[in-house]
Amino acid sequence: MKEEEGKAWDCDPSSFDTVLRARNIYKSYDGVQALRDVSFELRAGEVHALIGENGAGKSTLIKIITGAVQADSGEIELNGRTITNNSPAYAKSIGIAAIYQQPALFPDLTVAENISIGLESSGAWRKINWKKRRARAAQLLGQVGSRINPDIEVRELSMPEQQLVEIARALGANARVLIMDEPTASLAEEEAQNLYEVIGRLRASGVGIVYISHRLEELQIIADRVTVLRDGSYVGTQPMTDIERQELIRLMVGRELSAVFPKVIVEQGPVTFELRNVSCQANGTNGIDLAIHAGEIVGLAGLVGAGRTELARTIFGLEPADSGEIRLREKVVSIKQAAEAIELGIAYLPEDRRRHGVILDMPIDANVTLASLQKLMAGLAFDFEKERTIATNYVRRFAIKTPSIFAPVTTLSGGNQQKVALSRWLETNPSLLILDEPTQGIDVGAKAEIHALMGELSSRGTAILMISSELPEILGMSDRIVVMRHGTIAGVLTRAEATQQQIMSLALGHQTHPQITQITQIQEKN
Amino acid sequence: MKSLFARYKRESSVAVSYLVLVILVAIIAPSFLQATNLRDLAMNNAAVLIVAVGMTLVILTGEIDISVGSQFAVTTYFAGMLAKAGIQPLLLIPAVVILGAALGAVGGVFVARLRMPSIVVTLALMVAWRDGLRWITEGTWVQDLPKNFQWFGLGQTLGQIVVVGVALVVLVSFGWALRNLAAGRAVYAVGSDAEAARLAGINPQRVVFTTFVLMGSLVGLAAVLSATRFSIVPSNAGIGLELKAIAAVVVGGTAINGGRGSILGTLIGVALLGTIGTALTFVGINPFWEKAIQGAIILAAVVSDVLVGRLGKPGIGKLGMRAETQP
Repeated sequence: MKEEEGKAWDCDPSSFDTVLRARNIYKSYDGVQALRDVSFELRAGEVHALIGENGAGKSTLIKIITGAVQADSGEIELNGRTITNNSPAYAKSIGIAAIYQQPALFPDLTVAENISIGLESSGAWRKINWKKRRARAAQLLGQVGSRINPDIEVRELSMPEQQLVEIARALGANARVLIMDEPTASLAEEEAQNLYEVIGRLRASGVGIVYISHRLEELQIIADRVTVLRDGSYVGTQPMTDIERQELIRLMVGRELSAVFPKVIVEQGPVTFELRNVSCQANGTNGIDLAIHAGEIVGLAGLVGAGRTELARTIFGLEPADSGEIRLREKVVSIKQAAEAIELGIAYLPEDRRRHGVILDMPIDANVTLASLQKLMAGLAFDFEKERTIATNYVRRFAIKTPSIFAPVTTLSGGNQQKVALSRWLETNPSLLILDEPTQGIDVGAKAEIHALMGELSSRGTAILMISSELPEILGMSDRIVVMRHGTIAGVLTRAEATQQQIMSLALGHQTHPQITQITQIQEKN
Repeated sequence: MKSLFARYKRESSVAVSYLVLVILVAIIAPSFLQATNLRDLAMNNAAVLIVAVGMTLVILTGEIDISVGSQFAVTTYFAGMLAKAGIQPLLLIPAVVILGAALGAVGGVFVARLRMPSIVVTLALMVAWRDGLRWITEGTWVQDLPKNFQWFGLGQTLGQIVVVGVALVVLVSFGWALRNLAAGRAVYAVGSDAEAARLAGINPQRVVFTTFVLMGSLVGLAAVLSATRFSIVPSNAGIGLELKAIAAVVVGGTAINGGRGSILGTLIGVALLGTIGTALTFVGINPFWEKAIQGAIILAAVVSDVLVGRLGKPGIGKLGMRAETQP
């Protein structure tokens, strides 16, 4: 850190030193070639996006750089020195840090303790200097522009705050290379903006940042260069300013996606589902009026914490409504439990699919039929034949990549897990399908398939309520956009009139945040 | 059909160990396979088997019930009192089973309804039931049970067949239900991930409560069956029964934190742990080694679970680290 301080980082980017260089990396797992002749170069003070579909080899490359796995051949250099015998501890000690989607912190320890782990000299009998530890934590947090109290326990922090703690810890370890794997996947727009700001600050201080994301629009805001991997091979590296979004997608998938959002305009039917002044004290849902027509896709936008997931949970009976009226096809219904909602033809694909959408230990077939087990009871016994047929059909229909329908879902990639989760709900044959962040953290190909499926369902008359924190997805897929704020509906926009700016200003409560407006404008230009 | 072996991989490795044990003992001491010895083995383990079946359900949901030994003491004492009062078996059996269900329901309310950790709840109940019984009975035993209560008045041979038969019926019907009823699937789902199960329309609290009630009922049934074997009922019956049942379930390949396992595995676990002691006697090893060897077997079961899990074999190794998957 000392030696870096004097340098002027505001000079021409091309003169920046290369901090990290990976050359001709090969890696195979059990005969499957995960990386084939991949090279990658990171300069000090740049944000270098690393993109590719799931299975393209991004994670493997990251694991090799952080020492979690060893390359079969090829070289890694840090500041011009070849790294031999890399290991996670060694990589950390020479200034390579990584931050994953799920923060790796100790929830029961305080912020200061979390930051100091691995930074202070160890030794079981060493006396802890609490004052110094706190001061150091506060100083590092200050560097990322955060005023989190170092004395509170990490469990009390929100997701974005935890990320800042992790970044602070990386700074404390003098990280010269910071790898961020989908850091904004579970952040709302505003929280993501804050993170971009922190990234900007780190970049200005000369840290090289490897940034992995499926959200291409954010790369256009923050990345300097982009490297594309496909099927374990290096496709190319280009300055971000020179490249169009469509072109990036083409490089990633190796084919032209006809349209990013294959919106099918469907003749809408009668009102399928209606909420009249629905509230739920337990989760803060307050006075919701909402009607969804057959064949309509309603996009539910808002910041994280605006009450979108809570509304979905109330509709699905997980936290039942305590006042107001729920109507299904004109008939007033009462939903006190998920089982009742399913009975009525309501399906809810939860966010965080790894935890809640699928049961990881269970095989694909059991996961697919879990919400419609009663249909499989033939007399007294269970119809295993039918279960296999159903599962096989979905595996074929969605091209779920698996050796067998008996494979546990934990062995599948994220996109394929989401397809299994969706299959479960399609099997209940719902008239209202609630999708909570259906494409979060999954690759472009699977994303397009899920969007195509939504179009197919709506053309068959399914009413869809889609929660998404990705504004282009909301704008691209919805017939109508409902924006929530503080547990109530802040505004409703038609497909024709909606813009990112309008959604954001409704989500923020009409006072337009200058910085966000600026960034949404940049996005729209692209 | 080839999936059959794959599905019961854990169970088959325990079954193979059991077979090896039986064959070894049979070679060294052929008298081990005598009908009387095998009958004694079956008799001694029938009650444990019934309790272990219930324990399998509870553990599959990710909970545990360590109060079963004390439940057993209360219900068996109750059975003895009823018998002494001259209640007929047709009335006595349901009455004891209902008491067992009620004891189980108490635990179920605390664990499922009030969401308290089952290990703490059932530890407290273990002490409460046993010392409650000691307080009420002042440590006395029920003695001189009526003759017509022993073996339900069926005579020893027929009575023994009934006891073992009931245990086997319980085993088969629960094994069948766990696999062939939607409720069985719900048990596995709740044990794997309660919240995910809830989002799939399953009510995890109801599932957990039901398994505790079933557990208690089965303890009641086991208590009646074993009470008919002797003319006395001690008030300290069932000490250590919870350990035998839990050990059998774990040795049988059921994951201690739920979601994976089978009744078949539990049968093999009961058989393996139940045979060791007798086998030692026949082979001529000091039977004091029994507990130590049982302990080693339990440890080996857990270690193999973790090792197989670390190797990343799908579906195994909840105790170990979950195999990393690509995001």
